[in-house]
Amino acid sequence: MARDDFIIRIGGDTAIGGVISTGENFTTAAARIGFQTFTFRTYPAEIKGGHAWFQVRISNKPIYSIGDGCDILIAFDQEAYELHRPNLNEGGVLIYDSGLVQPDTDSDIICYGVPFQKIAREELEFVRGTNVLILGVMAGLFGLPPASLEEMVKSRYKRRAELMEKNIQALYHGYEYTKKIQKEDKFWLGTADHVARLVMTGNDAITAGALHAGCRYFAGYPITPATDILETMASQLPRFGGVCLQAEDEMASIGSVIGASYAGTKAMTATSGPGFSLMTELMGLASMAEIPIVIVNAQRSGPSTGMPTKLEQSDLFQALYGGHGDFPRIVLAPASVQNCFRISVLAFGLAEKYQCPVILLSDQSLSHRTETIREVDTDVFPVVDRIRPNGTNPEDYLRYQITDNGVSPMAVPGLDPHTYVAPGLEHDERGHPRLTPDTHEKMTAKRFRKLEAARLETDNAELCPRYGAEHADIGIIGWGATQGSIREAVDRALADGLKVAAMHPRVLNPLPEERLKEFIASVDRVLVPEINYQGQFAHHLTATLGVKPIRFNKIGGLPFTPGEIYKKIQEVLVHA
Amino acid sequence: MPDATKVAQATEADVLTVKDYKSGDKPIWCPGCGDFGVLSATYKALAALQLQPKDVVVAAGIGCSSRTPYFMSTFGFHGVHGRSLPIATGMKLANPDLTILVMGGDGDLMSIGAGHFPHAAARNVDITCIMMDNQTYGLTKAQASPTSSMGHKTKSTPYGVIAKPMAPVLFALANGATFVARGYSAKPNDLTDLIVQGIKHPGFSFVHVQSPCAEFFNTYDFYDEHIEELPSDWDQQDLKAAINLALTEEKVHLGVFYQEERQSFGAAVRQFEPEGKQFDLAEYLQRFS
Ligand SMILES: Cc1ncc(C[n+]2csc(CCOP(=O)(O)OP(=O)(O)O)c2C)c(N)n1
Ligand code: SF4
Ligand SMILES: [Mg+2]
Repeated sequence: MARDDFIIRIGGDTAIGGVISTGENFTTAAARIGFQTFTFRTYPAEIKGGHAWFQVRISNKPIYSIGDGCDILIAFDQEAYELHRPNLNEGGVLIYDSGLVQPDTDSDIICYGVPFQKIAREELEFVRGTNVLILGVMAGLFGLPPASLEEMVKSRYKRRAELMEKNIQALYHGYEYTKKIQKEDKFWLGTADHVARLVMTGNDAITAGALHAGCRYFAGYPITPATDILETMASQLPRFGGVCLQAEDEMASIGSVIGASYAGTKAMTATSGPGFSLMTELMGLASMAEIPIVIVNAQRSGPSTGMPTKLEQSDLFQALYGGHGDFPRIVLAPASVQNCFRISVLAFGLAEKYQCPVILLSDQSLSHRTETIREVDTDVFPVVDRIRPNGTNPEDYLRYQITDNGVSPMAVPGLDPHTYVAPGLEHDERGHPRLTPDTHEKMTAKRFRKLEAARLETDNAELCPRYGAEHADIGIIGWGATQGSIREAVDRALADGLKVAAMHPRVLNPLPEERLKEFIASVDRVLVPEINYQGQFAHHLTATLGVKPIRFNKIGGLPFTPGEIYKKIQEVLVHA
Repeated sequence: MPDATKVAQATEADVLTVKDYKSGDKPIWCPGCGDFGVLSATYKALAALQLQPKDVVVAAGIGCSSRTPYFMSTFGFHGVHGRSLPIATGMKLANPDLTILVMGGDGDLMSIGAGHFPHAAARNVDITCIMMDNQTYGLTKAQASPTSSMGHKTKSTPYGVIAKPMAPVLFALANGATFVARGYSAKPNDLTDLIVQGIKHPGFSFVHVQSPCAEFFNTYDFYDEHIEELPSDWDQQDLKAAINLALTEEKVHLGVFYQEERQSFGAAVRQFEPEGKQFDLAEYLQRFS
């Protein structure tokens, strides 16, 4: 039987070029005619050279995760073969440049050696066409209609007729070449539904969500893997009357975002761990002066410069607890690329409504992987604007009025005559410095009441979905980008008759305590898989809910696969 | 037909005076502090320009001098130590109609916040930065500051300051500030005039004010003796001459050192796409299809 859900991995040295773009082109062409895709990529930290790999999982059915290992390995060089051969699943296919790679012979895989570079050089006289030649071979071997790739080549080289011609020639040359190959494998794409889908990265989705939510000011300092948010904002914001600033450092980034928001404009910054550390003093200021801001922290492996191009979920402590003094902040973690859009809109909604910093914690895998998305949903979370002191007499205006939900009206300079000073000092309801014990207690409680109000509106199934068995032997609680792998592992377990359930909250502060408590009560054991060493979320759950979960931690820069989580489920059940 | 008497009354009532810029909170400064003179000059400058308090934001960091926003009836921001310039930059870029003043001390702007100063100047963000230089850290009680003289003994430098003092005017000139002036807190009328010019100037204006700390480092006698007005025929367009003058140590010159017309950052970024469109999500998403 043909396998129509499979994983292609492409590896090679970036000095050769085309590893990532070959994968991207294949993905885009497939998505355009309706296939669903899920990609993953890693880059070397080196500027030039170094090993990179790209992986796409493809199917005509929905897919949620990176999957396990790979089914088809395209090795650009010997290093790629050696690095990824152990991850090639049984019955998998190795496609390699027979001029450059020497695979072992005694293997349980199917090998197709093609002298790609030689063909490009000698038959096509177009060395730069190697990648498109490979695409043609991939199309022929696995059933992607070459017309979809031709479309893409055409649009890519629309203004360079000669290059377009040569690339199309290379594409079909590769496609025809596969007729000479005796196909022994079982991988063949099913029929596409020809529904056009979007291919977006997490960073793309966060940026689109921010623009939709009304963000018109962005400031950032380049840092992997958040840089492309800065770059997209730099090109897009001016088109919609907004401003993007490449700041001199992360303190300036968040400082200017605070200033812009104070002046009435929805504003955001994006960074990764090291930059986020630099922002924490000002994050406290935004919370004290009650200024809505959104901070994206696309986590990477730390501490210090760590492994800057690899993923990790190790900034949770920093997001939840970082900074001096007691101050409320909201922490959100999107669970997929599709979810990034929504959570970005929600981040602005909560920031505006509760006038406090909202941290959107994503990670390197979510930042740069692509997923196919049918459409983004704009109806789940509305666009929200802060309340202003409309109708209040300026003389009586209390910027920091003590209210039940802690929220007080915020005047906009230039528009409202209700002038006030945004204070870093503890202050009375007018905003004037008042450093008495009584004031500090009252005002701290006022600010924290906003979190209680936020909890009431976020402790629900939409933002804390449950999955799997109703009563379970194991209940998995995950956060962030691990959702898809957990979901597929749970599916596998359920299919095998195991009683497993999962919950995946998007709001990590304030925690959806009611739903979590209910979930914990309905399962025998709680398992918390996360990509960090200390078990940061498990710690947070213990501190908040008293639960003592089984921790499942992985570091090293790669995401969980469904198989790893499934194995852990089995292990826990066996030892139970 | 308009009633002539009513119109006359209305305009009179609309004229803003110094008291309209006072918040009513009494400054918490020590008697004799130079910052009183700077505050009073700021009130007068705003009144001279008839700016509406709702259209003005005074942004500050932390320090005695940075307390200023609380004494003003305008909008204000009293943030954290050293970050007033980025905060003000965000305000101005987001809301170009506002008049933004940055007020702070030599520690706030030349030490902890010094990394932001050259960038604000180079970008030529249209804000007016008034630095109250008392050559000490007033709020934390008399430690050395980046403008303290060599050899100056303080509790944090008991053997004397080893570093060469920073030269704020030179720093501003070297980094592209388009309006650079120096005033003295004991000459509030002249200072008012400098602040008025700074606010009117469409770009980054830096007003360096010698503003003695009466409590911990009383330098009135020194400045009374060493200040000197710039010559009346001073060429404000001559950057090299301004730099040379800023290098002299014998005298402390007062007046406008330099002024240049250069497009401000805010004006430039708003020209990239002069016809700002409404954001249309469906249209935007097409780039991902
Ligand atoms: C991050 C941080 N570090 C240190 C301080 C303590 N601090 C407050 S004001 C100040 C120096 C103020 O000097 P200056 O800016 O010259 O103001 P002045 O009081 O002299 O007017 C210091 C070191 C602080 N508030 N924040
Ligand atoms: S300590 Fe110095 S700078 Fe501070 S208020 Fe007193 S005189 Fe002014
Ligand atoms: Mg000082």
